Amino acid sequence: MHKLRVLLAVCLLGISCAQAAIDPELLKPLADDDSDRRIAAILALVEAAPEEAQPVLKAMAEDSLALAGERVVVLGEGGRVFDAASNRELTPPPAGVETIGINNRVRRELASALAALRLFSAERAVRWQAAQEVNQNADAKMLPLLERALAVEQDAEIRSRLQLARAQASLGASDAGVRLDAVRTLGESSDPRVRQLLLSLTEKRGDTWVETDSAVRAAAGTSIRSIEERLAWADNLGRAFTGLSLGSILLLAALGLAITYGVMGVINMAHGELLMVGAYSAWAMQSVFRAHLPAALDWYLLAAIPVGFLSAALVGVLMERIVIRHLYGRPLETLLATWGISLFLMQVARTLFGAQNVEVANPSWMAGGIELLPNLMLPWNRIIIVAFSIAVLVAMWAILNLSRLGMFVRAVTQNRPMAGCVGVPTGRVDTLAFGLGAGIAGLGGVALSQIANVGPDMGQGYIVDSFMVVVLGGVGQLAGAVWAALGLGVFTKFLEGWTGAVVAKIVVLVIIIVFIQKRPQGLFALKGRFVES
Amino acid sequence: MVRRNFMKTISAVAVTAAFGLNSFGALAAETIKVGVLHSLSGTMAISETALKETVLMAIDEINSKGGVLGRKLEPVVVDPASNWPLFAEKARQLLSKDKVAVTFGCWTSVSRKSVLPVYKELNGLLFYPVQYEGEELEYNVFYTGAAPNQQAIPAVEYLMSKDGGEAKRFVLLGTDYVYPRTTNKILRAFLKSKGVADADIMEEYTPFGHSDYQTIIAKIKKFSSEGKKTAVVSTINGDSNVPFYKELGNAGIKATDVPVVAFSVGEEELRGVDTKPLVGHLASWNYFMSLKNPENDKFTKLYRAWAVKQKLPNADKAVTNDPMEATYVGVYMWKQAVEKAKSTDVDKVIAAMAGQTFKAPSGFTIKMDEKNHHLHKPVFIGEIKADGQFNVVWKTPGPVRAQPWSPYIPGNDKKKDQPEGK
Repeated sequence: MHKLRVLLAVCLLGISCAQAAIDPELLKPLADDDSDRRIAAILALVEAAPEEAQPVLKAMAEDSLALAGERVVVLGEGGRVFDAASNRELTPPPAGVETIGINNRVRRELASALAALRLFSAERAVRWQAAQEVNQNADAKMLPLLERALAVEQDAEIRSRLQLARAQASLGASDAGVRLDAVRTLGESSDPRVRQLLLSLTEKRGDTWVETDSAVRAAAGTSIRSIEERLAWADNLGRAFTGLSLGSILLLAALGLAITYGVMGVINMAHGELLMVGAYSAWAMQSVFRAHLPAALDWYLLAAIPVGFLSAALVGVLMERIVIRHLYGRPLETLLATWGISLFLMQVARTLFGAQNVEVANPSWMAGGIELLPNLMLPWNRIIIVAFSIAVLVAMWAILNLSRLGMFVRAVTQNRPMAGCVGVPTGRVDTLAFGLGAGIAGLGGVALSQIANVGPDMGQGYIVDSFMVVVLGGVGQLAGAVWAALGLGVFTKFLEGWTGAVVAKIVVLVIIIVFIQKRPQGLFALKGRFVES
Repeated sequence: MVRRNFMKTISAVAVTAAFGLNSFGALAAETIKVGVLHSLSGTMAISETALKETVLMAIDEINSKGGVLGRKLEPVVVDPASNWPLFAEKARQLLSKDKVAVTFGCWTSVSRKSVLPVYKELNGLLFYPVQYEGEELEYNVFYTGAAPNQQAIPAVEYLMSKDGGEAKRFVLLGTDYVYPRTTNKILRAFLKSKGVADADIMEEYTPFGHSDYQTIIAKIKKFSSEGKKTAVVSTINGDSNVPFYKELGNAGIKATDVPVVAFSVGEEELRGVDTKPLVGHLASWNYFMSLKNPENDKFTKLYRAWAVKQKLPNADKAVTNDPMEATYVGVYMWKQAVEKAKSTDVDKVIAAMAGQTFKAPSGFTIKMDEKNHHLHKPVFIGEIKADGQFNVVWKTPGPVRAQPWSPYIPGNDKKKDQPEGK
């Protein structure tokens, strides 16, 4: 069946079916210096030998087509070299092989040529993909091919994509009626590229309209409006998502601080460095996996989560035991001491790992994104970080509200002497709570390593934001931190949309200053009686 | 009486000390001190660390061949930590305390502007190896990087050409400081002269070290859908490039739709990025590691060997880039000028620099202009390949003379094409 279909396609394209190898003379111009001649060569090759052309064009698109003297060759894995015309391996591999480099224009033509060839594939998924691709770059040259594909295509979804592509390709038709039909069909698209095409029809070049027929122009205007309505939706959705994503990052950075500062009242200037410890743990796990478990490299991040938590928690516990414990109730001294610790930790990182940023790669499952709409793509790394921050939040809520430790922490923060009287080991609870806060900062660091640069002073960039979130949300409140982080994230992103990143940052800071003056207790004030206050 | 005696003693001590120092100075004259002023930490370390290594490598190479004028070179490395005022402080230290004969340093224009007064005041000599915005011509500085007409203008011309995609709309995106702002001013004027309307140009800036490029990428997507073919011109500097390119890849902006041409991104900056989604995006430089010529083979091999010897991180994957080449050329041109002047005296060396030539790794014999302190350089435009290298898709037939005063900024036609001499 498959064979038959390909054969059918080949014959439909109007080519002799007997050819086994490609004529080397057809391949040579692929290596030409001039892009026009190369594009002509690609089209000629597709016409002449569609089946055999596929691997050659694929190799060319992947930069593995090369020239060995006069002969065009395909570079295989492990230094193997194949003759492009006959697809036979050349042994020994020829010397002086030079890759045929391509530019964007040729790459675009290659992509559409390959997509066009795949339109006749036997597998639906391949054809669907190809139909999507031809939509990105349909022009008049492809019209006959699209017609042929439409003639054999049975699947309704693919047909509708192909019709859109055909409409795009026939925008330049000489018959105004055909153009009018095309413009009307394109009104159903929700692709920004189509809008771009239609917009060009409604423009004037010099004194004459690009589109001479006024009825087509009017139809184009209607189509543009209906596309724009759909696009505007996706735009706002996208903006809300970027806000949510920034909010989740702020939340991850600030959650640890919400415990140490918000609940325990320790002004921890070294909080940013705890994030750094977490981020470096991710890097360390990546190095370990690279060296010992290269097969499972994609999963280093999962291993980094507990490692990041534990190492940051360990640093936090040490900090608390050695320094902060002696300074409870003296916020100014705590501030100075933790600032010192922050400088110390940064210098340690510089000494251990070097002053330069280290490279932390996204695992392959975090690369790319899902395309919800043609102009709305949600990157995987952002989605995963949003989910991760929700998971951390839930875990923290559970620890504070459901576990014995959480009960002790709440008891100690509400009334330390009373908690001590009923037998709560307040000192140990402090240490554990601080360790928990530090560990969560470590988790934040692991997440940050996936989107920001990992270096010794990365923490500095987050310390201000973290304090902002906690203070804005109201000291002593987890819910406050959540709302403040999300609010700040979404607000900043909408503001950036119109003012640009530099001004948005200033405006956000000014608004927070004013807000804190008017409402020093933050968004959510802690209700109830406190012995200290 | 006591006081007078005391004063005498002091002056006697001072005289002896001066003599002592003098004789010590004569001894120290065995080596020539060379200052290296590059950020080894902070946001610019990603770019500048490699330049420090290049200077050290060139010095090592020169020393192994007998040094300059029979004297060995002695590098003095300082770390201004991506902190602009600290650049000036460290420059002063190099000039007045270490008495360096020449300094190789700076990447960002803001750091160069910050050290300029120091070099003018103390009559020092600075070699600046990075492409920049022009609008400057100082007696004490030699510019071995590109001026706008050797990088930015050809890149934009390429984007407007048929092979470059015939872009009609432009996003000018940069880090917020003097280089991107000025370059974009020049580009805006240039685009206007080519008939691009203001509505078809979008300018965006981000702070140094910015790491959240979601909004900007979304804006680029939106802008590109609003009309004709769009291209992005990026003057983002430093480690912000890593999150920018990561986001670009994840957001699925393909080079065939919206090409991004960068002026501060080379092989070194791309090391930390997965380049597979970035294939086809461009950079404009005067040198690429992938150029094939004997000088470049020698240069890349030399640097690889140096990286392994110095145990640099990822030494097996060490790459060379344009500013490294410019640094290397600068060190050798300075050496030639010193040998021609037979002295390391700043004024004599500056005079001897005019017209120096060097067979550069770019494959051309490039020349220091007789007048304007800039190199004549070839221009290459490369597309990013899946392995992080560049594939040259366009180049000038030969070296181009620099125009530090861009004709696209009003009033520049009256400016002199040589520094105010002393």
